[in-house]
Amino acid sequence: MAVTTHAAPPTAAKPRSGSFRPIALELWHDKAGMIGFTVIVLLILMAVFAPLIAPYDPAIQSVAARLKPPAWLPKGSWEHVLGTDQLGRDVLSRVIYGARASLLVGTSVVLLAGTFGVLFGLFAGFKGGRIDDLMMRLVDIQVAFPGLLMILLIISAVGPSLSTMIVVLAVTNWMIYARVVRGIVLSVRQTPYVEAAEMIGCKPGRVLFKHILPNLTSPLLTLGILEFTNIVLAEAAMSFLGLGVQPPATSWGLDVSNGKDYIFVAWWLITFPGLSISITVLSINLFANWLRVTTDPQEREKRFARLKAVERRRNGAPAGAPAKA
Amino acid sequence: MGAFLLRRIFQGMLVVLGVTLVVFVATRMVGDPAKVMLPLSATDAQRAAFNHQMGLDRPLGAQFITFVGDLSTLDFGDSLWQRRPAIQIVFERLPNTLALIGLGLGLAVTLSLPLGALAALRPGGVADRVVVFGGLFGLSLPQFWLGLLMIMFFAVTLKILPTSGVGGPSHYILPAVTLAIPSLARLMMLVRSSVIDELNQQYVRTARAKGMRFHTILFGHALRNALVPFLTLAGWEFISALAGYTVVVETVFAWPGLGLTAMKAIERSDLFLLQAIVFTVAIMIVIVNILLDVLYKLIDPRIKLA
Amino acid sequence: MTEMDMMSEAALLEIDRLCVEFDTRGGVVHGLRGVDLSVRRGETLAIVGESGSGKSVTAQAVMGLIDVPGRIASGDIRWKGQSMLSREGLAMAQDIRGKDVALIFQDPMTSLNPLMTIGAQIGEVLRRHLGLSKIQARTRTEELLGAVGISAPRRRVDQYPHELSGGMRQRVMIAMAIACEPQLLIADEPTTALDVTIQAQVLELLAGLQETLRLSVILITHDLGVVAGLCHRVAVMYAGKIIETGLADDVFERPSHPYTQGLIRSTPRLDDQMERLIAIEGSPPSLLAPPTGCAFSPRCPLSEPKCAEQPPLVAVHAGASAACWHPATPAWREAPALAEAVS
Repeated sequence: MAVTTHAAPPTAAKPRSGSFRPIALELWHDKAGMIGFTVIVLLILMAVFAPLIAPYDPAIQSVAARLKPPAWLPKGSWEHVLGTDQLGRDVLSRVIYGARASLLVGTSVVLLAGTFGVLFGLFAGFKGGRIDDLMMRLVDIQVAFPGLLMILLIISAVGPSLSTMIVVLAVTNWMIYARVVRGIVLSVRQTPYVEAAEMIGCKPGRVLFKHILPNLTSPLLTLGILEFTNIVLAEAAMSFLGLGVQPPATSWGLDVSNGKDYIFVAWWLITFPGLSISITVLSINLFANWLRVTTDPQEREKRFARLKAVERRRNGAPAGAPAKA
Repeated sequence: MGAFLLRRIFQGMLVVLGVTLVVFVATRMVGDPAKVMLPLSATDAQRAAFNHQMGLDRPLGAQFITFVGDLSTLDFGDSLWQRRPAIQIVFERLPNTLALIGLGLGLAVTLSLPLGALAALRPGGVADRVVVFGGLFGLSLPQFWLGLLMIMFFAVTLKILPTSGVGGPSHYILPAVTLAIPSLARLMMLVRSSVIDELNQQYVRTARAKGMRFHTILFGHALRNALVPFLTLAGWEFISALAGYTVVVETVFAWPGLGLTAMKAIERSDLFLLQAIVFTVAIMIVIVNILLDVLYKLIDPRIKLA
Repeated sequence: MTEMDMMSEAALLEIDRLCVEFDTRGGVVHGLRGVDLSVRRGETLAIVGESGSGKSVTAQAVMGLIDVPGRIASGDIRWKGQSMLSREGLAMAQDIRGKDVALIFQDPMTSLNPLMTIGAQIGEVLRRHLGLSKIQARTRTEELLGAVGISAPRRRVDQYPHELSGGMRQRVMIAMAIACEPQLLIADEPTTALDVTIQAQVLELLAGLQETLRLSVILITHDLGVVAGLCHRVAVMYAGKIIETGLADDVFERPSHPYTQGLIRSTPRLDDQMERLIAIEGSPPSLLAPPTGCAFSPRCPLSEPKCAEQPPLVAVHAGASAACWHPATPAWREAPALAEAVS
């Protein structure tokens, strides 16, 4: 299409994504992405500095202060801003500490599964032929496993704990990285410039670092972030089912599970931890959505064109029709 | 076609074999069935007797052969919890889970197509923004929490729907909607992006140059091509629901399906029942995968089943 | 019919000062900058120029295919005197496209819907514009496939695009285009994506159809060799404008615009002794900020201060007009490479 030939020079002339300032500026202009990014930063700070921020020890029980509603309700008090649970524990403190489990599990699982999956995919893509066939068949087989049921079975056999959960989630979630990486390696190796590099005798290591890794960073970043949200949700679900984080440790999923028997009398017990999970995942999704578009020059161009078209539509001129006919 | 089926069945058998190995390793080698299944107060003698009775004191190789032999005759052993063949319980509960999945995914599939297509008509427009944000929002709700919120609102506050369990048609509403929402979000976003992609394809320009009416282009051309990735994701949604993602919904709504049964089996350390469930589901997934491949062939003539 | 008769007949399609713009992150790209063009009944018009000069955009504008990020900024397109862009014209245009005006795309590999049989894709036009029934459409489709030289049409009707070769698919595209016996056929580089041997066949087919159906044809190409044999008139485009237009023979014999001269000079000929091709140095200007004057002047050997002003398209001699301040002046000394080869 002629349009792309026109569009190519300006895109190439723009500063590459390596420079930080323009990217930061663009994020500032994208409301949803910016909100997501801000919330993520706040969450990380909250998890790291939980002991400094939380008003109470999240495990401390108090029979006197059981099932207190949040401060703004008639019976609430500012001592417990988000109220207390059936054991008199401070909900706000538990919500603050709960961020730690989500972020810890999310980060470690993505790193573990990601590292293994990426190496697996790189190796398969590089070796090609029968080894590649065999390796990808292995991936296919594991993908066809009954995922969560296998997790349940393994955890019930081994016994639930935080580290079991991390290992099991990593073992059941590495395949997507392998598939993505292998696909990219195969397609990049077929591009003329890499074929040429290989032909003139570039060492595989050099080809890998010079040509393939740069092509991997952006899709892997987006994939990693999206997988992170999946793991956060999985951690919450498993802790909710009692197969993840074990008391006295805290987790948002575990707290929702604790509160579920009290939904008739104390709505705040499930509401705040659940809301925390949702806000976390939504923020990451918003940020990832922005990042995906921004790191892809073509998508960026499309987004710009759409915004422009919407703008013009608002000003009354239908797209494609002449301004003065 | 025949060769294709054979190959897929062979591959399916590999999956089942893989599942067998993992189950065997997890239950017999990593875990200690006697420790898990007997009460803590059991004496060493009781444990030895249990191991002997279950054949757990024999060499691992011999154990594995018996294990595979039993499985091939659908003999998963008796459930320790209900004292009857585990497979019986599985077949009792399976229809409940399938009904839930069918209703929930049916809802997601039927709503996602029009909503996604509507968004795709004007990328960046109002409908599109609503769909994209709604999709991201739907993906961000943990299912168990969503379920509880709906119970709180519709059953406790408004008192218009039952909180949990099975019964009349009204019992299906909350569990099905809860199950549907994340799938709906994913499917809707996929329909949106693939219809946008398809509408920019060269063959759509051909159709426009032919003077075809817009609805013909949208329904006859773009949406039809978008069905290929849609089917992939819908199949994946179905399989992952089967693969255990109904556990959460069933637990929240006390829905007597396979997922809830699996949770009960875990609570009661009923490894035999659990492995019966895992195997049944593994085999069903293999079958669904083969059916999906055949369905692809029907939609996309380029795919050769060889 | 003599040349004069054709000239006197009213224009089928008129393009009037058409401007098309594309929104990009870098700014507004001016794809077409005031294009005037008309096609008469039975005439074959060639639009030549390098990629990015606006040839395809012109065709897309006629077919109503300009969409986001592009838009028609100003100007008009008229079919038999009636605007296709006005509010009333839009509905009419929808009925004309595919029936009276048809387009053949450059790439037959991606231009067909992969999930529909070719029969369904051709039948769809017949049913839309002629109101044929399914059965009638099928019979007619078989005839059409036969007419474009596809063997065993009865069997081919039920085949999918991926089962056909590139040349076959282009024949299917042509069958689709002529299905409703259009008056104007626009062929946008119809042979570029095909093998050389098949190119000739497809061009021959087009020429034959033009004769039997009394079609007007707009042939968009960058291959001057194709133009010489097939077309009555030529329009040369550069940087979104038509810079020379006239009868094909005249333009080739006596190119007036320096760009046309350069284009002809750089076309390899079989009968020539030239050992290397001569390219025009430099590259076309960015259409983000197109020059106000003659867009070719930075590459033009005859460039002078006056060229900073846009030259109008004026008649140079009986057969041709050009947009240049010193038209018909030889811009290049006669083939230096030839002289070298002789010495």
